Amino acid sequence: MKMLLPFVAVMALAAAALMAVNVANLHFLFGVIIPYIAFAVFVGGFVYRIVKWASSPVPFRIPTTCGQEFSLPWVKQNKIENPSTAAGVIIRMALEIFLFRSLFRNIKAELRDGQKIVYGSDKWLWLAGLAFHWTFLVILVRHLRFFVGDVPMCIAALEHLDGFLQIGVPMLYITDGVILAAIGYLFIRRVLLPQIRYISLPADYFPLFLIAAVVISGILMRYITKVDVVGVKNFTMGLVTFNPVIPATLMQGNGAFFFLHVFLISALFAYFPFSKLMHMGGVFMSPTRNMINNSRMVRHVNPWNYPVHVHTYEEYENDFRAKMKDAGIPVEKE
Amino acid sequence: MKLYEFLSENKTAIVSAWFNEILASYPSDTSNFLKNKKDRFANPVGQTILDGMEGLISQIIAALKNREGLDNGRTDPLLDGIVRIRAIQEFTPSEAVGFILGLKQVVSGHINNSSNGASEFSGNELIEMGSIIDTLSLRAFDIYMSCREKIYELKANEAKKLTFRLLQQANLINESRMSDPCFLNFKNTDKERKEVLK
Amino acid sequence: MAKFTAKPKDLINIDYTPPKTEWMDTPTEIREHMFCHATKAKDLETVEFPNIHEWRPQDEDWNLPANWEQIVLQGMQDLLKKYRSFQLFMDICVRCGACADKCHFFIGSGDPKNMPVLRAELLRSVYRGNFTLAGKILKKIAGARELTPSVIKEWWYYFYQCTECRRCSVFCPYGIDTAEITMMARELLNLLGLQLGWIGGPVANCYMKGNHLGLEPHTIKSSVEFFLDDIKEITGITIEPTFNRKGAEILFVTPSGDLFANPGTYTAMGYLMLFHELGLDYTWSTYASEGGNFGFFTSNEMAKRLNSKIYAEAKRLGVKWILGGECGHMWRVIHQYMDTWQGPADFLQEPVSPITGTKFENAKATKMVHIAEFTADLIKHNKLKLDKSRNDHLVVTYHDSCNTSRGMGMLEEPRYIINNVCNHFHEMPEDTIKEKTFCCGSGTGLNASENMELRMRGGLPRANAVKYVKEKHGVNMLANVCAIDRATLSASVDYWVPGTAVCGTHELVANALVMKGEKERTLDIRLEPLPGKEASE
Repeated sequence: MKMLLPFVAVMALAAAALMAVNVANLHFLFGVIIPYIAFAVFVGGFVYRIVKWASSPVPFRIPTTCGQEFSLPWVKQNKIENPSTAAGVIIRMALEIFLFRSLFRNIKAELRDGQKIVYGSDKWLWLAGLAFHWTFLVILVRHLRFFVGDVPMCIAALEHLDGFLQIGVPMLYITDGVILAAIGYLFIRRVLLPQIRYISLPADYFPLFLIAAVVISGILMRYITKVDVVGVKNFTMGLVTFNPVIPATLMQGNGAFFFLHVFLISALFAYFPFSKLMHMGGVFMSPTRNMINNSRMVRHVNPWNYPVHVHTYEEYENDFRAKMKDAGIPVEKE
Repeated sequence: MKLYEFLSENKTAIVSAWFNEILASYPSDTSNFLKNKKDRFANPVGQTILDGMEGLISQIIAALKNREGLDNGRTDPLLDGIVRIRAIQEFTPSEAVGFILGLKQVVSGHINNSSNGASEFSGNELIEMGSIIDTLSLRAFDIYMSCREKIYELKANEAKKLTFRLLQQANLINESRMSDPCFLNFKNTDKERKEVLK
Repeated sequence: MAKFTAKPKDLINIDYTPPKTEWMDTPTEIREHMFCHATKAKDLETVEFPNIHEWRPQDEDWNLPANWEQIVLQGMQDLLKKYRSFQLFMDICVRCGACADKCHFFIGSGDPKNMPVLRAELLRSVYRGNFTLAGKILKKIAGARELTPSVIKEWWYYFYQCTECRRCSVFCPYGIDTAEITMMARELLNLLGLQLGWIGGPVANCYMKGNHLGLEPHTIKSSVEFFLDDIKEITGITIEPTFNRKGAEILFVTPSGDLFANPGTYTAMGYLMLFHELGLDYTWSTYASEGGNFGFFTSNEMAKRLNSKIYAEAKRLGVKWILGGECGHMWRVIHQYMDTWQGPADFLQEPVSPITGTKFENAKATKMVHIAEFTADLIKHNKLKLDKSRNDHLVVTYHDSCNTSRGMGMLEEPRYIINNVCNHFHEMPEDTIKEKTFCCGSGTGLNASENMELRMRGGLPRANAVKYVKEKHGVNMLANVCAIDRATLSASVDYWVPGTAVCGTHELVANALVMKGEKERTLDIRLEPLPGKEASE
């Protein structure tokens, strides 16, 4: 049920796109209006979520320290895992964001029974996670060629690098294979590991299926149905210049796969701000990672700090004055 | 073939079947964790049980081979490892130690599946193995009881420490009460205890 | 413990049907020996907590206030607005499961709801159902659920099976900290008057009398005097500490547990001996006589109310700076909260060691120094005469307290001290120390007696690592810098690793400390004969 529902939902989205284009001829709706709306929802929703998070203050400085603190001059501090400067935090965050430092911690070679080395299985999560996110980014950047007039050198270089295997026409991109493998692993892991299956929600399967569908539709288009790339470029340039046109080559035959691809991406964009995918923005704001561990050096101010009712020394002495005097403990009032 | 030879040959399979048997007594989400995480620090429960079972079967084999009965000095620590854990989990006493009797079924299952079946082994051997397993289960029960007694002792000690201090504060313990043996274990300092004992 | 129910045939085929249902549909059974008793109304009245009422965890009906639902949802709303951590951690978890097997309670119990991710989902599911659009519309499909009295019971059961140790947070790719989530859940439960006796009692004591144990001023003094007698017997030296003395240079604050029960008392003796030897101009306080803060386990406000005494007393006595004893959560509070609550501490001076002249740069705003930092500095500057051989009967390992390692990062100072006062020191395996240290299993007010089985399960991962070094190196002493560790690890290792004792780091210092004018020592700090020295008696 937890898996079936998201699967059906993604299939329904795909079917809707194909039907709309092939049967109802809604090319403009699915090619132009929905992408515009989806993009607006994505940007608006993303900003809304970030603003909402940012509007809750960080009342206390609560980094999770993962190494030796700054202390006596001769004690070697771990300046990255327990940063006492902004530079340290920047490096810590960079390691977290670009290399998934915390997930990497799971990797551990263990000596079992004194001889046999057993590796923690969790390194696969780190590897698959890293592969998934990086290839996703590369693919995204590669797609920028459709949104700029002259393809910049860096994108061309990236494409070249990605296709270095030089197999097939059009050239096979390594990232296409890697991202499918990574998604496959993340999915299989979720299904096969009982603990992970137990904690998984439909909201965990849906993005996996949706992204998989986006990737598969893209691959189909590029390698099998061979979409008219020039037509796509004309179309996307129309979108970004707010002068949308739908080239005739995309309106016929296999062009439907292009609209499927665009619609699934639109769905992903529109879904993004309302889902766990917002971890992309959230990771930058996590107070246990992005704060300097200098609480005893620099006072942190809590904007909602308010006075509280306390039991004063005076009240205390009033309760115990006689006993204190008997015991020879100094008092304020005799 | 002697029974102990059969057990030696099939040791890995028997340990694994026996381990699966004990895992069946845990909820499925738990048992999968216990089974799959092979790291004595990340999964002390599963590893202790598995290592204990391997050790116990070796000891049973040795006892059958040498015909000298069980070496309690070796089996007790192995039993202790497993039973100490089960004593603080949600098991009835019979469940906590019953896994040992389960070994009989596991072994007989393997014997029946082997080419010649039970006829290959003498009745005496089978009876001897049965009584070894019975002995183990009784020892396990002793250990289980000592664990439970320990738990209650820990509880009682903590409660007594607290009460003692409260009574002392309220000046309800005078010198004569101080020497009451029931307070000896939780006197504030060891010196007091020694003084009272003098 | 369950009752005898098994029939003979069940002995082999244990009839235990595992929950095949989803976690939301698996009702929580409040099991005996796994929870702490409810608090007394009187204690909660002392500190003016809301919705005080009679209830018992094992009862069907918890007598929740009539508008309990509104209280919880309003409370959640407030907390979401006050804490970015809470808002963020409700939203960004991807349920990757990296945290799942990092929790000592999960490792020791296997209960899936002890996986940090699922513990947080207990709260997240209600958050989604009430505070997110998707949850309101899609309900269960979006991972949302209704707020019902049984959800409250489930929260209570499982958020009091978390010791806020933050180990999961180390492994989370987004730094999601279950400690934060547990703190929020406990705030909500506290709003409903569902407090533990073991927490409510110490909080009330600390508020009225200055310390968790409710020691009154004269009792504090007499407790310390007990120690002075023992010190005199061990060293022949008479020590005369002062209490509530105005004009002292340093105020010393330590958890009251060290004045109360073994083996913490030996650590307190260590402080007294060290300060005397240094000729330190310091004073104890009977008003600020608690370093720890059980208020921290109820609500942020209560924690602040209890903590206020430390600065107030420092100001009243006119000291220059504050020295703090060995404690775990006390240091989380002092390091990450105190200055924000009560500061700026401009009535104090930046701490400087009067013995070595070292400026404690890292404490220049809060003006409170950890005694391990203080003592490590003394040793580095050769200010202490130490006879390591007096600890030769001990083979020591060191347990990092959760809070000083993951909420502060004090890892090397205690190790430096131990290595300078002991000849035999061995680390536990790498994955169980420093930032990956395992909790004692009884922190955050869970160190009661009635939940002993829970404590033993939670304590297993730590004890298991101790057992390893005991087998490998013959370790017989588990040193630490935490009063709760001293109290609770004693029980835990007594069950799991009999033959290992527990001590504070400054007990080891006191054993080794050669004091001016002391007699030849034949006893250690526990008044046990010192091996190898008894012959000369």
